[in-house]
Amino acid sequence: MSAEETNSAAAPRRAGGIDLGTWKGVWVNVELERGRVHPVSWELLGEGRKLADHLGVPLSGVVLGPDDAATGEACAEAFRHGADTVYVVRHPVLEHYRTDPYAKVFTELVERHKPEILLLGATTLGRDLAGAIATTLSTGLTADCTELRIDDETRSLAATRPTFGGTLLCTIHTLEYRPQMATVRPRVMAMPKRDEGHSGTIVTESVTLAEEDVVTKILSYIPDANADNAQLAYADVVVAGGRGLGKAENFRLVRELAAVLGGEYGGSRPVAQAGWVSGDRQIGQTGKTIRPKLYIAAGISGAIQHRVGVEGADVIIAINNDPKAPIFDFATYGVVGDALQILPALTEALRARLGHSAAAE
Amino acid sequence: MHIVVCVKQVPDSSQIRVHPVTNTIMRQGVPAVVNPYDLVSLEEALRLKDRLGARVTVLSMGPKMAAESLKKCVALGADAAVLITDRVFAGSDTLATSYALSAAIRRIGQDEPVDMVFCGKQTIDGDTAQVGPGIARRLGLQQLTYVSRIETVDPAAREIVVHRRAEGGVQVLQTKLPCLVTMLEGANTLRFASMDDMFRAARYDVVEWDHKAAGITEVDRCGLKGSPTVVKKVFAPQPRAIKAEMLDATGKSASETVDALLSTLFAKHPNLEAEIRQ
Repeated sequence: MSAEETNSAAAPRRAGGIDLGTWKGVWVNVELERGRVHPVSWELLGEGRKLADHLGVPLSGVVLGPDDAATGEACAEAFRHGADTVYVVRHPVLEHYRTDPYAKVFTELVERHKPEILLLGATTLGRDLAGAIATTLSTGLTADCTELRIDDETRSLAATRPTFGGTLLCTIHTLEYRPQMATVRPRVMAMPKRDEGHSGTIVTESVTLAEEDVVTKILSYIPDANADNAQLAYADVVVAGGRGLGKAENFRLVRELAAVLGGEYGGSRPVAQAGWVSGDRQIGQTGKTIRPKLYIAAGISGAIQHRVGVEGADVIIAINNDPKAPIFDFATYGVVGDALQILPALTEALRARLGHSAAAE
Repeated sequence: MHIVVCVKQVPDSSQIRVHPVTNTIMRQGVPAVVNPYDLVSLEEALRLKDRLGARVTVLSMGPKMAAESLKKCVALGADAAVLITDRVFAGSDTLATSYALSAAIRRIGQDEPVDMVFCGKQTIDGDTAQVGPGIARRLGLQQLTYVSRIETVDPAAREIVVHRRAEGGVQVLQTKLPCLVTMLEGANTLRFASMDDMFRAARYDVVEWDHKAAGITEVDRCGLKGSPTVVKKVFAPQPRAIKAEMLDATGKSASETVDALLSTLFAKHPNLEAEIRQ
């Protein structure tokens, strides 16, 4: 182990040590990986736009990637989702995400341009990178925020996030350090309207990178057989079941309804923990956040931690045999009844109504 | 091989309740447990110990009562346990926590160099996933987060190959020791404590260090003082004022209820049917 602390992990920079006024602008990491931008990047540009307008500062996207067409397209899309400026670094070493080169480049850009706020998606990539950057820059990082606002009194970022497993919310500020960093999970913020005509300034940045300096090598990449992860979070229709279904076998009813609707299915935390559905289909604060057009919750009581993950749905139908279940406090329509009876009836009625085209999907 | 596993004692978050009037957390009677994600990493370290003959040291920062959690780790097979406990650590955010833990790992490494550090993917009380990367940066370790599988570790060549979870797939990464690993849940199944290890744990005295013993000279970088983030407000989520439009199924057949539901749904949301059909 190296006895020396890496020189990058500098001493904390407090107000007094740094001039907060020289840190200006809102930055969003545009998460480009394997030629594709994770949509959480656009959601963050939408949220970043509001913060930047409130502060009266520019909104910038940061694109790191190889020198190819996908990198160029990511820059163009960042403008269409609201960025005024895009800082881009094109380098073969950045072809695939690896912590060291990405953290090095990102840290250098922050030191050069001094943004006051830096937002990243709370994906496996974004969290890995955010934790590394915040340590090197010795600044505050707030994970998994559900609300971002500017506190007018201090002109600082008020980042609200669930705590204690979603039982409580807390609002966190980084008052004396810059940049103020936050991560937000996919689908927590709304997707902004894409504006084909919106463009801005591209700033091409150069950094010193050499493959031989990167210790970690990528041997191969194994794509998921079924990309469940993205599909559930971004599905237009989601059907989920909870403990009210009684036993694991009854989960079939949830899957059948989801299939007829051409949607995805998921489960509450208790049933995911019980193994009725796989962990990556858990819906709620500690699982996936969803924003479907239609969400049907069967036998789910609607604990706070579940509510946090589904509130963004346009229409919520709740089926529960307990009229006092908290899910009826935030659902659009509530059916008090036995989910084991209602679900198959709903599947039948929708199959008849939607016909084969939907059922075949 | 010497492996350090960082663990945290956390309140069992599933049992935390909020006082309905004062909106404060009711911690009384909430049991303290080892953060479940840390146990996945501990198990992986113990498997390396079984395979390669490594020595496993568990490390925690927390109040003196956290020694109990460390003893549990010894009962599972850890060889040594260190608790850094000091008033100056109180109020640490993730940056201050990674600072203190890094110092302790450096101190542990003076007696026997550390080849690998394991952390949990995240904790169940904070859920930040930031302390692991923080320690990796501070100690200059190769950072391997969300590892679903350790393929090979070659102590002689100082090489490791892991599967790392990415969005939509898995990266197979090869890197050099020393490194820091956070394990993904489901990567393994935690063993049961053996009788021998349980007896050993019962007699084991957890090593307790204050900040000086952990080699920390800059107290200002610990605890509340060393934490850039400030918690301004803690509050219970406000329930949405809108109540659901209720359809009572009692006395009606399931198909009658469903017909009523669907006609209301498609009448009030005329675009929905077309969107579903897409």
